[in-house]
Amino acid sequence: MPRDTSIKSVLIIGSGPIVIGQACEFDYSGSQAARSLREEGIEVTLINSNPATIMTDKVIADNIYLKPLEPEYIKEILQEHDIDAVLPTMGGQTALNLAIKCDELGIWKEFGVRMIGVDIHAIDVTENREAFRKLMEEIDIPMAPQATANSFLEGKEIAQKFGFPLCIRSSYTLGGAGAGIVHNQKDFDALLTRGLHVSPIHEVMIDKAMLGWKEFELELLRDHNDNVVIICSVENMDPMGIHTGDSITVAPAMTLSDRTYQKMRDMAFKMMRSIGNFAGGCNVQFAVSPDEKEDIIAIEINPRVSRSSALASKATGYPIAKVAAKLAIGYHLDELKNQITKTTSAFFEPTLDYVIVKIPRWNFDKFKDSDRTLGLQMKSVGEVMGIGRSFQEAIQKACQSLEIKRNGLGADGKELRDQEKILHSLEHASWNRLFHIYDAIKLGIPFKTIHEKTKIDYWFLKQIEDLILFEKKVEVHTLDTLPRDILFEAKQKGYADRQVAHLLRCLESEVFKKRNEMGINRVYKLVDTCAAEFEAQTPYYYSTFDEENESEVSDKKKVIVLGSGPNRIGQGIEFDYCCVHGVLAAKECGYETIMINCNPETVSTDFDTADKLYFEPVFWEHIYDIILHEKPEGVIVQLGGQTALKLAEKLSRYGIKVIGTSYEALDLAEDRGSFSRLLKEHNIPYPKFGVVDNAEQSLELADELGFPLLVRPSYVLGGQQMKIVINKEELETHVIDILHDMPGNKILLDHFLSGAIEAEADAICDGEDVYIIGIMQHIEPAGIHSGDSYAVLPPYNLGDLIIEQIETIVRKVAVELKTVGLINVQFAIKDDVVYVIEANPRASRTVPFIAKAYDEPYVNYATKVMLGEKKVKDFNFNPKKSGYAIKIPVFSFDKFPNVNKELGPEMKSTGEAIYFIDSLMDPFFRKIYSERNLYLSR
Amino acid sequence: MNKLPTNPAVLLLADGTVFHGLAAGAIGTTTGEIAFNTGMTGYQEIFTDPSYYGQILVMAASHIGNYGTHDAEIESESVKISGLVVKKFSENFSRVGSTESLQSYFERDGKVAIRDVDTRAIIRHIRNKGAMNAIISSEETDIEKLKKILAEVPSMDGLELSSRVSCKEAYDVGNPDADFRVAVVDYGAKKNIVRCLVERDCLCRVFPMDATVAEMEAWNPDGYMLSNGPGDPSVMKDSIKLVDEIVEIGKPVFGICLGHQLLALRAGLKTVKMFNGHRGINHPVKNNITGKCEITSQNHGFVVDMESAQGNDEIEVTHTHLNDGTLAGIRYKNHPVFSVQYHPESSPGPHDSRYLFDTFVGNMKEVKASVTN
Repeated sequence: MPRDTSIKSVLIIGSGPIVIGQACEFDYSGSQAARSLREEGIEVTLINSNPATIMTDKVIADNIYLKPLEPEYIKEILQEHDIDAVLPTMGGQTALNLAIKCDELGIWKEFGVRMIGVDIHAIDVTENREAFRKLMEEIDIPMAPQATANSFLEGKEIAQKFGFPLCIRSSYTLGGAGAGIVHNQKDFDALLTRGLHVSPIHEVMIDKAMLGWKEFELELLRDHNDNVVIICSVENMDPMGIHTGDSITVAPAMTLSDRTYQKMRDMAFKMMRSIGNFAGGCNVQFAVSPDEKEDIIAIEINPRVSRSSALASKATGYPIAKVAAKLAIGYHLDELKNQITKTTSAFFEPTLDYVIVKIPRWNFDKFKDSDRTLGLQMKSVGEVMGIGRSFQEAIQKACQSLEIKRNGLGADGKELRDQEKILHSLEHASWNRLFHIYDAIKLGIPFKTIHEKTKIDYWFLKQIEDLILFEKKVEVHTLDTLPRDILFEAKQKGYADRQVAHLLRCLESEVFKKRNEMGINRVYKLVDTCAAEFEAQTPYYYSTFDEENESEVSDKKKVIVLGSGPNRIGQGIEFDYCCVHGVLAAKECGYETIMINCNPETVSTDFDTADKLYFEPVFWEHIYDIILHEKPEGVIVQLGGQTALKLAEKLSRYGIKVIGTSYEALDLAEDRGSFSRLLKEHNIPYPKFGVVDNAEQSLELADELGFPLLVRPSYVLGGQQMKIVINKEELETHVIDILHDMPGNKILLDHFLSGAIEAEADAICDGEDVYIIGIMQHIEPAGIHSGDSYAVLPPYNLGDLIIEQIETIVRKVAVELKTVGLINVQFAIKDDVVYVIEANPRASRTVPFIAKAYDEPYVNYATKVMLGEKKVKDFNFNPKKSGYAIKIPVFSFDKFPNVNKELGPEMKSTGEAIYFIDSLMDPFFRKIYSERNLYLSR
Repeated sequence: MNKLPTNPAVLLLADGTVFHGLAAGAIGTTTGEIAFNTGMTGYQEIFTDPSYYGQILVMAASHIGNYGTHDAEIESESVKISGLVVKKFSENFSRVGSTESLQSYFERDGKVAIRDVDTRAIIRHIRNKGAMNAIISSEETDIEKLKKILAEVPSMDGLELSSRVSCKEAYDVGNPDADFRVAVVDYGAKKNIVRCLVERDCLCRVFPMDATVAEMEAWNPDGYMLSNGPGDPSVMKDSIKLVDEIVEIGKPVFGICLGHQLLALRAGLKTVKMFNGHRGINHPVKNNITGKCEITSQNHGFVVDMESAQGNDEIEVTHTHLNDGTLAGIRYKNHPVFSVQYHPESSPGPHDSRYLFDTFVGNMKEVKASVTN
């Protein structure tokens, strides 16, 4: 059946602000779906309160509603537009929940809107654990013994029946909120109480914990003709007991026989068919017994696109959301083409001739005293994916992508040798377990012990052991004696030059030189869905060390955009937004655009975004090799957050052009000393400050500056380890803490302007002219990180004089820093004096917000300025200014039950929302304004 | 656990292209037609599939051998491929039910393999240049010498190979009191074809391919299964004649792969050698009768020419391959006879096409009922 022509206008519901468990993967799916529907001539209306998304951009949808995800706003949209159908499967659980709510309120019916891509029954049955269990029983799909409890008493009875260990999961929650494994009565009572509370229907499912069973996921797609395909199989290296979002996962499945795999495939089909007759994507999770029986039990099914389907799309090249949207409007799979080959059928199952490894990225350091053990509740804030021709290469590349100051897995001198700590870590998995498995093997802890404690399949452990055995073969050599085949093998196994250098006790540059002399060069292979069976038309590459290179270099002028790597607190989706716009703007200027990024959740790593996508770590060696291969005009670093920006120095040193603001200017802004001198020269006030190396010096400096003091390590992201201290004892302790975590780091002490008002401004500068795109005033007083404060665009109570000062300063600073592109300046205002706190000559977190609020493509403009294609005065700025836009920070504290919501100079929010108000009499504004001091701590 | 050999090995293609790697499996030299398989699971089933007889197989998946080998996952009693080309040949395997590593399995069967070569480059090469003969050696690295050996290897085109893998004597599988009796003509039958029939309450007698109709009819079967097998079907004149006699009996017939091609040839259709065969477990096929699609397991280098089927009065095309529009299934209009180019017994591969066995059993039931009434 071709597409249903009665559908002319579709509403897509987004997933709202980023929280743990629901991140920018839904920007990716929503954007894909919107584009896919528009290709068919369908009018797309989009609602999402998250301004940092690409999906809420004019390039993606026809009508955009940056409104809260509440039924009243859905109603508003339906009154204003003639919507035929709603597609609620692209915005995670948030969108599904909203769709259910609207259905219960009769809104869809009232406006004659059809729900496509899923049906209410399917959502209901998969989220209601009791109903789901019953259904699975009916269709003979085994599950872990389980029962639901709606009261504390019921829960206790169930526990008595099943015995420990038990899993407790709350119904209708996100990312496993309120879920956990308990081994004893005391923990059980606590978790049961919590689980019942978190569930919106006060229901928990208690099941026997299948600890140590192997965990797998399948991604399915189905059309209206009931044709189903598996897009990807994913194996969780971390077995049952750790949330899949917190597990290291591998695709394709590595340790599954065909017999068991096909049995699982049959079960997945049966399950999908049992929950309803909808066309769209679906994710099914299974556990397999680690014995000769290979029993399979179902864990859950999600009738929507998910974090896993985003990963599966990037892992295989098969754009699940894009195709799912087409299926939702009636197409059958066999009527669509494979989006990568463009010649073969979309009805097929992708096959991989490489391996991908996904590793989550955690940010426990932001949640002091949080429980860092991994379990059923997701705690990671982002993820990276490494692609390689082997598991070893893929896992090394994933480790290189993490930006946790490691050069890969091992061979970087950062091993842990404390046996006791290692053994504890193996059993109580946290963010660093993978590294500790390596350490354990290296230390000679018996395999059996490692396996017993981690329950990780032997195959994976043996792969890691093989790395250690191989390293021994390397270590006996020096750079001069190292044979070509060993160096080649090291590179094939994914070792970075830095790691090889560590093993050979020489410099990274020497290894680089040696391998170039030996002709050991990176080659690029295609992610093509079909293992090279057919010719592919899509330029989606990864690097490896092998014979044939498939990435042909064109003679067009090119520019590379560096992405922002894994999402983390302080650097998230907003930079992906900037990268995507940078790419589109460079394309408009006639450049061939090349994107480098390793975050599978993003739109920037959608192969439809840039002309060429290199899915690679944003890690020097990989970037440099791509530059040598592609020979671009230059590299754009100011859109990819700190990750990209910090590479400017090396790029510059290697004679590669940094597009826009030069490295020297970036460095000048970063360096407190020189930047302050610059401010001083221009009579721009700044808080008194100083730089120290140790606690001793800090006490002396404190006398000079006076308390309270803002203490932080220099060169950090999102206010990491930043703290306000009010006396010498606190100062001493914090300085020692910082030096313990970051030995050798310089420490900055600023006099803290207590009670000051904070504001920030973003501007575009071409080196001469400056255009201020917006000034935002924070609601909370100084002391709370700008990312964590409510902020209002434009300022709500700054006098004209103050605004004038701010504008003058921004212009002056931008020009003096020789900014070409974007700049963000932060201010503290006290006693009518405007102090500059810092300046960042790059795209900031607030740029997408202002662009959305004023409905102007600022990143596009800024990129054209950076490229030298346009001057500031070439643009006809026309911001849509009416009322105020409030930036609402959104936190994920609910994932860390023991952590209090305390805000300070270190950023803790995971996402943001936008809320428009007409006047300052708005009750929401009054409320947050009155609570502005509530959460301030130090 | 057997260690992998570390000898250098070489793969030479008939067009002179050379790939260097390391040895795996037995040390030696082997020749065959090079083909690639894109399946990510089921390597043991693939290697023991008799249809691969005479073929050097390149596996697209990057790791092969991860879960060792298992007694229950064989499609014949030995490794049937001539040689193997892989990226990563697993030295270590992990599976509780596995008995042996792939390395020792290959050593035992004397099968030669090459590892750590750019398999993707090889597949792209074959994809562009078409199927050709090749040689792997882990004992001789002199390319000129290997070229001489390779020159002696006959082309697959016009080669009959089934007789090398067909059973020598008939044997029974299944419950003697089963509802139906199926005569399986063995051109290199995969064990799972028989298993699928036995599961559906059939007693199978597997006959050598040179059995006569009289011999088979003497056993009084309810239907005939024409199995898969290797080689070029167009030269199998005796088999086509036998198939003709079987069809004329009027009992239900089900043909798979080579069996399908023989049924097509018997109806006057043509078979052609494909530029690149279909080998994998992700092949999309559309059932033209129901409009439904199925993901199928495929392994064939020859195919029934679609053009030759147009206007043929005796058969109709029931299944079409969705990627390239090639013919994937036919049925006879006036006989209870049908066949598919792919593998509904799919071991390895998805179970989407198992319904064809039900159709076959249904046909036998119907015919049996009409006879008894």
